[in-house]
Formats: sequence, C-alpha cells, structure tokens
Amino acid sequence: MNLILDLLAQLGATVRKRLEGLGAASRTFVALIAATPSVFRRPRWVTDQVHFIGNYSLVIIAVSGLFVGFVLGLQGYYTLNKYGSEQALGLLVALSLIRELGPVVTALLFAGRAGTSLTAEIGLMKAGEQLAAMEMMAVDPMKRVLAPRFWAGVISMPVLAAIFSAVGVLGGYIVGVQLIGVDEGAFWSQMQAGVDVWADVLNGVIKSFVFGVAVTFIALYEGFCAAPTPEGVARATTRTVVIGSLMVLWLDFLLTALMFS
Amino acid sequence: MQRKSLDVWVGLFVLLGAIAIMFLALKAGNMSSMSFGPSYALAARFDNIGGLKPRAPVKSAGVVVGRVERIAFDDKTFQAQVTMRIQSEFQFPRDSSAKILTSGLLGEQYIGLEPGGDVKNFAEGERIKSTQSAIVLENLISQFLFSKAAEGSGGEKK
Repeated sequence: MNLILDLLAQLGATVRKRLEGLGAASRTFVALIAATPSVFRRPRWVTDQVHFIGNYSLVIIAVSGLFVGFVLGLQGYYTLNKYGSEQALGLLVALSLIRELGPVVTALLFAGRAGTSLTAEIGLMKAGEQLAAMEMMAVDPMKRVLAPRFWAGVISMPVLAAIFSAVGVLGGYIVGVQLIGVDEGAFWSQMQAGVDVWADVLNGVIKSFVFGVAVTFIALYEGFCAAPTPEGVARATTRTVVIGSLMVLWLDFLLTALMFS
Repeated sequence: MQRKSLDVWVGLFVLLGAIAIMFLALKAGNMSSMSFGPSYALAARFDNIGGLKPRAPVKSAGVVVGRVERIAFDDKTFQAQVTMRIQSEFQFPRDSSAKILTSGLLGEQYIGLEPGGDVKNFAEGERIKSTQSAIVLENLISQFLFSKAAEGSGGEKK
C-alpha cells in the first residue's frame, strides 16, 4: 500500500515540477515580450548584441554551409547518376538546403556557438550578483540584459540561415558543375523550375525565425534560472545545447508537417 | 569611432543576409520568372486532369503564357474545374482548345493552349469549351489490351 502511495506521490511530484518549470518559462517569455518596447527605444543595445551573436557566428555558419553544399553535391550526384538524371542536382541541393538543412543546421550551430555564450554570460552575471545589483539600482535586468539579447538572436538567426543556404547552393554548384561537370544551364534552370519563392524560400525564412525565437529564449532562460554556482552555470550551458537542439529538431518536424503537407 | 565601426560591421552582416535571401529568391527560386503584370482568368473543365497541380505552367506553342491557379472538383458534372491565369499581353481566340500534356516521358504536366480561328478573343473569366483530358497510362494500356483481344477473336472467326 505504502509502495503504491509512494509511486503516486512520485508521479505527482514529477508532473508538478514539469508544470512549474513550464509556468516559469512562460512567465519569463511574457515578461521578455513585455520588455520589448523599451528595447526598440534604444536600438543600440540590440545592434551591440547582433554584433556579438551574429557577426561572430558568421564564419562558422558560412564554412559549414559551404561544406554541407559540397557533400550534398557529391552524394546527390552519385545517387542521381544511377538514374541518369544528374541534371536535377541543382534542384536537390537547393530544395534540401532551403527547406530543411539551412534552418536546422544553422539553428543547431547557433545553439552551440551563440546560445552557450549567452547562457554562460547571463549565468555568470547572476552568480556574480550583477543582476541583483542592477535591480538595486532600479535597472530592470529583463529590459537591459535579456530583451536586447533575445531580439538580437531573433534577428540574427534568419540572416545566418539565409547565408548558410546561399553559400550551400554555391558549394553544390562548385562541386556539381565545376568539379564533376554537370551541365551549368540545367543545374540552374531545374533549380529555378522547382524552387518556389513563397512555398520554399519564405517558409525556410519562417522556420529559421521560429528556431531563432526558440533557441535564443532557451539560452536566456537557462542562464537566467541557473544556480548561481560554477556547477550551476556549467549545467545550464549543457542544458542549453541539449534542450535547444532537441527543440529545434522537434519544431522542424512540426513545421515541416504544417508547411509542406 | 569604435561605436561607428561596430555599426558598420552589423550593417554589413544584415546586408549580407539580405543579399543571401535575394540570391535564393532570384537565382535559386522562381522569382525572376514570376510575372507580376496584369493577367486574366480562364476556366476549363476536364474529364481527368491526371497529375496536374496548381502553379503548373500554361503553354502555347511551348512558350509559358500563364499558370494554373486553382483546381476544384465539380460534383454536378463530375469534372475537374481548372482556373488559370493568363498574362494580359497574350490574347487567344474564343474557340481555342486546352489539352493536358506531359513534358518529356515522365515529366511534369502542363496545359497546352491551341489557338482557334475565331475573330473574338477570350474575356476575363470565360470558359474554354473544347478540352482534352490527360492521358492516363492505365487506360491506355487497357485500351491496347482490349483492341489486341478483339483482333485475336476476330482472327479466329476467319
């Protein structure tokens, strides 16, 4: 009897804790959105953070995009060549990059490159009681620290994803046309015939925007709620990458099912 | 001064993103082949549209003159109701006919417009009267088999 009660209590505690976490996250999100107007009155705060989040991520995103494009061009060629339709290589490279790989791989890299630094920065601010000191000076850390970083992430993510896709298409072009020798005209014309501006390019941008909101928010929330100790910050940084990446993959499945069904 | 150089880098970053999106839309996507000019609607009923999809091209003499806008099913006549948008610069006689054709052996399907000889042209929203359905491979094969079977039985009688 006691065992059953214990199990029940355990289940209840788990559910309660999950709900509590969800509630706290939602409250933080609402507070973050509420702090938005003050951010756009001082766009300087956002540009500072775009520089930190976006510009510094540019190199890793561009290089990854180039190599993903290379690999897509090479592997796509081997498979398509079997069916004698290597002209469709451009279409294959462009569609897989614009629809899926561009937003998803960028978001995963973004979680690793920018998300972790956000979490660590805010976690250390909290551990060093800088956030508390700000509150003592009547400066709302939500407005001064979190909201500018959030919007900088939301702005940077679509830009980075677009650069990733564009560089990837160029990578596919370099391998497919320049190295292997697929016909250049067919490469571009098949791509243009198959890629739709609204259905594919715009949906890719929407996807990367949603991922930007998710990853940046998770990074900020984990940092904001980290235990103010070295281990706490370390754990929060790990959680940012794990939860952020899983969230991106799950959201991608959901958005793909909604957009391209 | 340091402030300004930071702004320049951020501006460059955003500009790069805009260029990337333009590249995807114009070079990789179909933005450049999209027509934003004036157009008019035409309707047509087909017994069978095969694999025709919205946004499929409408061609006359092999040149794209418009796109399929909407495909619906009419449950009164049990036919497919296809609406297409033709660019206004291309006018067709009122007795033109529409066929559903396939580009290549297994390529995408499109609508072919055959111009007629009427002096009046189509007006906005008019219906193309003479249409020819898509060729369905199964029907073609069964027709072929039936005709073969008929030939075979005819041969026995002789």
